[in-house]
Amino acid sequence: MAAYEKLVKQYDRQVFRIANHIVQNREDAEDVVQDAFLKAYQKLNQFQGNSKFYTWLVRIAVNESLMRLRKRRTGKMVSIDEDVETEEGSMPRDLADWSPDPEALYGQSEMADILRRTIQGLPPGFRVVFVLRDVDGLSTEETAETLGLSIPAVKSRLLRARLQLRERLSRYFKRRDLKPAQAQDGVK
Amino acid sequence: MTCTEFLAQLDEMLDQDAAIPLRADLEEHLRCCEHCEITLSTTRKTIQIYRSHEIYELPEDLRERLHKAILAKCRKC
Repeated sequence: MAAYEKLVKQYDRQVFRIANHIVQNREDAEDVVQDAFLKAYQKLNQFQGNSKFYTWLVRIAVNESLMRLRKRRTGKMVSIDEDVETEEGSMPRDLADWSPDPEALYGQSEMADILRRTIQGLPPGFRVVFVLRDVDGLSTEETAETLGLSIPAVKSRLLRARLQLRERLSRYFKRRDLKPAQAQDGVK
Repeated sequence: MTCTEFLAQLDEMLDQDAAIPLRADLEEHLRCCEHCEITLSTTRKTIQIYRSHEIYELPEDLRERLHKAILAKCRKC
């Protein structure tokens, strides 16, 4: 049990983060953390050891989060593929450059609020790919394995997630000294 | 190379995965296209900002409560 406690302490913050990104509700995320660690403990003998413990745990947490969403939506099926067929983000529209130090424009809690609201606007299947690849630092292959997606699907979602986030953050971070016409001109 | 073609390879630039001949083409496009240069730099900044801010903080008191609950449930099973 002491060894498992060590694993809980090592990965609890990441699991809490992933759960929050999917369920977007703190109480549900707390439940997901508990259920995911309990389920992982019960299934420890099924852990093959050919993937990292963390990717195996995240797979359990993602499934628990989706189940939680389903419950909230009274049984409606929820999948990681939901709403991914959007065309938004395939071509940048807001081409204004950003302020040289956008983080200095806002206080820490205001910044966290902006980042939360911005990423919450993305479909869950984009959010979770972005978080696993770009925030948690998993490889494309690990992200694909964790989410049960193909590598091309992970790559395509990651690109669109990055571009959509960039586009949405531009509202907050763009340089104020450029006129829109100057910034929008000249796409080939 | 057009902006659309550059954009399709944006991840290769961001993740520094591009093979050398492709990288040379991408860099050449960047030298003459301010818009793609801005798209690349602001997308890079987007990733860096999300990486450096924890937006779902797990407070220490909640963390302890969760640990206790998890371990109690594990002991029971």
